[in-house]
Amino acid sequence: MSGHLSHPAGAEPLVRIARREGVGFWQKVLVRAAAVLLALVVDALFLFFVTGLNPLRVYGVMWGGTFANFTRFSWMLRDLSSLLCVGIALAPAFKMRFWNVGGEGQILIGGLVAALVMVQLGSSLPAPLLILAMGLGAVAAGALWGFVPAWFKARWNTNETLFTLMMNYVATSIVACAVNIMRGKNSALGTLNRASRAGWFPAIFGQRYTINIIVVLVLTFAMYAYLRWSKHGYEISVVGESENTARYAGINVRKVMLRTMLLSGGICGLCGFMLVAGRDQTISTATAGGRGFTAIIVAWLAKFNTFYMALISFLLVFLERGASEIASAYSLNEYGADIITGVILFFILGSEFFINYRLIIRGIHKEGR
Amino acid sequence: MNSSLVAWILRAVPFGTIIMYGAMGEILTEKSGNLNLGVPGIMYLGGFAGFASAYYYEKLAPHPNAVLCVLLSLLCALAASMLGGLIYAFLTVTLRANQNVTGLALTTFGMGVANFFGVYILNGATYSAAPLANKAYAAKLPVLSGLGTVGQVVFGYGFLVYAAIVIAVALHWFLTRTRAGLALRAVGENPATADAAGVNVTRHKYLATSIGAGLCGVGGLYYVLDYNQGIWSTTGQMEALGWLAVALVIFTTWKPLNAIWGAYLFGMLYWLYQFLPSILGLSISSAMTELVQMVPYVVTILVLIAVSLRRKKEDQPPAHLGLAYFREER
Amino acid sequence: MPKRQPAIRLEHITKTFGSVVANRDISMEVDRGEILALLGENGSGKTTLMNMIAGIYYPDEGHIFLDGEPVDIRSPRDALAHGVGMIHQHFKLVDVFSAAENIALAMGEDEKFDLRRVRQQARAICEKYDFALDLEQKVYEMSVSQKQTLEIVKVLYRGADILILDEPTAVLTPQEAERLFVVLRNMRADGKAIIIITHKLHEVLAISDRVAILRKGEYVGDVATKDATESALTEMMVGEKVALDIRRTPPKDPVCRLRVRDLTVPGPEGVPLLQNASFEAYGGEILGIAGISGNGQRELLESIAGLQAPAPGARIEYFPPDGGDTPVELLGKSPRAIREAGIHLSFVPEDRLGMGLVGSMGMTDNMMLKSYGAGASPLVDRRAPHELAEEVRASLGVVTPGLETPVSQLSGGNVQKVLVGRELAADPVVLMTAYAVRGLDINTSYTIYRLLDEQKQRGVAVLYVGEELDVLLELCDRILVLCGGRVNGILDARTATKEEIGLRMTRLVEGEAKA
Repeated sequence: MSGHLSHPAGAEPLVRIARREGVGFWQKVLVRAAAVLLALVVDALFLFFVTGLNPLRVYGVMWGGTFANFTRFSWMLRDLSSLLCVGIALAPAFKMRFWNVGGEGQILIGGLVAALVMVQLGSSLPAPLLILAMGLGAVAAGALWGFVPAWFKARWNTNETLFTLMMNYVATSIVACAVNIMRGKNSALGTLNRASRAGWFPAIFGQRYTINIIVVLVLTFAMYAYLRWSKHGYEISVVGESENTARYAGINVRKVMLRTMLLSGGICGLCGFMLVAGRDQTISTATAGGRGFTAIIVAWLAKFNTFYMALISFLLVFLERGASEIASAYSLNEYGADIITGVILFFILGSEFFINYRLIIRGIHKEGR
Repeated sequence: MNSSLVAWILRAVPFGTIIMYGAMGEILTEKSGNLNLGVPGIMYLGGFAGFASAYYYEKLAPHPNAVLCVLLSLLCALAASMLGGLIYAFLTVTLRANQNVTGLALTTFGMGVANFFGVYILNGATYSAAPLANKAYAAKLPVLSGLGTVGQVVFGYGFLVYAAIVIAVALHWFLTRTRAGLALRAVGENPATADAAGVNVTRHKYLATSIGAGLCGVGGLYYVLDYNQGIWSTTGQMEALGWLAVALVIFTTWKPLNAIWGAYLFGMLYWLYQFLPSILGLSISSAMTELVQMVPYVVTILVLIAVSLRRKKEDQPPAHLGLAYFREER
Repeated sequence: MPKRQPAIRLEHITKTFGSVVANRDISMEVDRGEILALLGENGSGKTTLMNMIAGIYYPDEGHIFLDGEPVDIRSPRDALAHGVGMIHQHFKLVDVFSAAENIALAMGEDEKFDLRRVRQQARAICEKYDFALDLEQKVYEMSVSQKQTLEIVKVLYRGADILILDEPTAVLTPQEAERLFVVLRNMRADGKAIIIITHKLHEVLAISDRVAILRKGEYVGDVATKDATESALTEMMVGEKVALDIRRTPPKDPVCRLRVRDLTVPGPEGVPLLQNASFEAYGGEILGIAGISGNGQRELLESIAGLQAPAPGARIEYFPPDGGDTPVELLGKSPRAIREAGIHLSFVPEDRLGMGLVGSMGMTDNMMLKSYGAGASPLVDRRAPHELAEEVRASLGVVTPGLETPVSQLSGGNVQKVLVGRELAADPVVLMTAYAVRGLDINTSYTIYRLLDEQKQRGVAVLYVGEELDVLLELCDRILVLCGGRVNGILDARTATKEEIGLRMTRLVEGEAKA
């Protein structure tokens, strides 16, 4: 900047930035829609130059990945529900400004406990009790995984972003070890309780994951209400805004922090349970599949509104399913989905700037008065 | 010296070197106040670009030259990873997007790019190799490495291992003894102050983030072309390494010199499961080895707790880490 | 001799933030060898205007001339290169750096980087102006006045000959302020141009050569200090004749409501922040608390409110209006426990948006900050708070686009009205306020004084922590003086003098310290 010293008087910088306030709802929608559209154009260019395919046709195929038939659509719902479930779990933590980057580990540990209960008690408990035991165990395990970093944060203000991140790998190691023991001499763990189907969700409308979808649908409403209308939700907002204000208001900050992380980890554990019982019927280190991280983006972009979260989850899952559809149709590979998703996320993240700030370009700023 | 111990060190040092590059890059980045959680993605970008350039050079050039191959792959790795850093810097510094979320998106993106294009090179095979580049990167010091066990343990690695140590020392010197280093630290601690002192905050953030990303990329390059014997295959291993590098940054309490021994310690801990039992004459079930792999992460957690307990000002992360800066904020 | 040029000349400067016009069409100048006081109420745009000279903000319109030459100041570095150095109210120092490193940070780009030379030169500056500064000390170990000294050395090191100081005495003791004035006079004699931003009239008269006045972002005019009087300056600052007297009704049958004994709050380095404080507060009177900021006021109020953990052995007894002589012990009770014990204790803290209110929430949600937990339902009830918000908005004249507009978007005065409105609505028996009028314009300040006096007439025990002695003497019934965390006497506000209080603020009076 020091290079500008010799400018003539009045030559203000070409572009300046100023805060923008009171942006209308439709303006926000417009900015975000434009961002997604631009991202799709960039992705189209990428597809065209790398693969030489007609991007419009490729997008057509992508569309088919979700909407081609009912099965595809139900797969989309299945994946959406898993991702959204983690997003719902993370929302209260993030609203409290507690960076829970440990969703991955909380899902895994929950899933592991569910799988262990499923195998150990599969033959001794009746189905409803077994499923209940699996669910409770998974929720407790996930909650514990969320509780540990929260306790240290509450007690000594230990950095939670990095703590929860590390907890993911502790969980991964434990799951790897347990899977290793459970499979014994087999090369892979395979489907659990294949013969007895104990601990599997019953199929509704022909799919076991229907229950997952229903549970997450209920959670979407419940979490929205919890954050918006409950006393707990109010406390979370106050703590997230300023711990000093919370103490002044008589809120026990530690208690809120621990409680919220129990809830956040617990729902992640629940997600792990549903992945095991309703979808995979097995456990592996890949069960969480990166949802713990993707859901952070979902929760953040939606500003913790669970309905927006559903919308963003849909967008991401739609892309992912579409990419795997392209992969099989054009014998490409599925990693393309990560690129397309990455680009769209970049654009959406960048678009927030145009909602929060406005650019003032030299010479045309006076009209803004 | 116990031969298992020697083998252990010979495994741990190269492993440590990968995450040392990642950690040094992230230290530089974080000193500017940017918490870049895109390290795994950037390592993928660097590793893949380096590998791909070496692979095609070896395949297409009639008489491939080892030095050129090294130069080319290094350049490509730096370019790709710095581009990743640039995306991050543009979004977080210029557009003030949230740092954590942007970093995670970058991780997704980098892994996607590397694996998507990697599949083209693999072309159906489970792996493909760049043997010449591997030979060049893994070449040991000719005479010294032959000097018995000590020579082997101290000099038996490729040149990037020594470069990492040199860079760590240089980084330390840069941060503590130079004007630019002082300015950079000020940007990460208190950008408003740095700004008022006439330091160009934006430029420092961009430079530190991009160069830091370049260093992370070299880590990825080293992983593929030396540690992994010049073999590219689609695995998630580099992601775990990337997070381990982020962990190492905390372990070093943001000091590059600590990264040297910290990285080797992490390497020893990582390979603990394979060598310690045989040194102690124990036999350990294969399942337990999985469990021992969590040790580096647990150690990091312990360090994190210790740092938060001690509250020593000098050991804390840069005060403005993770926050965007806007001069006209009121 | 060529026509003498002013050091700085501003022409038609305008700056807006969003919809707020911070400065409108301002033109003014400052000469070398002159100390100019820039006077104005909070929010009048003084700091914004100076920030444009220092390169923090860029003007929307208008030009800046230095020594007659038009200049384009885009960054603080540009400003320094032109010899403009600003000492901000919030110090611009890096905590983990030593003094020498902080000075080196501001070094010119053409200079060779050599910390040893920086130390030598900085030491020379310290000797010239008689500063006591340890160049190896880390900033986080420094006192406020040491930090300010460092800031001044920093700009002098950079060769600044135009100095701008933003409310430099706000955090200093009178003695430290006097020392600063000596330094400023030395620098004036050295031919430097100095601008000091302030709203304290007696300082203006003591130090400046000329006074320039801003009001609501506009330039009102300037007067030579020798021709100025306090009342004339006030009138220019406020824009109308202000009756500068505060209503003080006589205390109404005072009853002891709060008895504090041996209250000690330990500090981080073993030095207690508050030591053996003992006093009583009576219903129907205003007890003023005077002291230089940071001398235990905050600890005192927060201990009573249950926000600090005092050392054991203290007693904080509350006498409920209907409970006869049996006091309730507040010590060890959390804010919630105090509330649940049916104690009506209201507290207007110093940090309004960081403690008293939630900035991102609207008025309605802020109204229920202390009462949201009432009732057994797990859901919050927003109806009563909404009505209360309406009431506060109407009765105190809060200007806000809507009850759901985040309060952080309101002006300082309106923020304080929201906070005070909520605390008064809680029907207090004891009301504590910390710096209740800080940063407010004169009219809002007088509204607050009036509200406090009304509370007193209702029989409330009011504790008023203030910084302006004139106000304390006019508003309060008794004044408790804090010095170094100790109670240094409790005086009758009707007979005490400003000098007496000022002396007690800075020096412990032997034998009386326990009073």
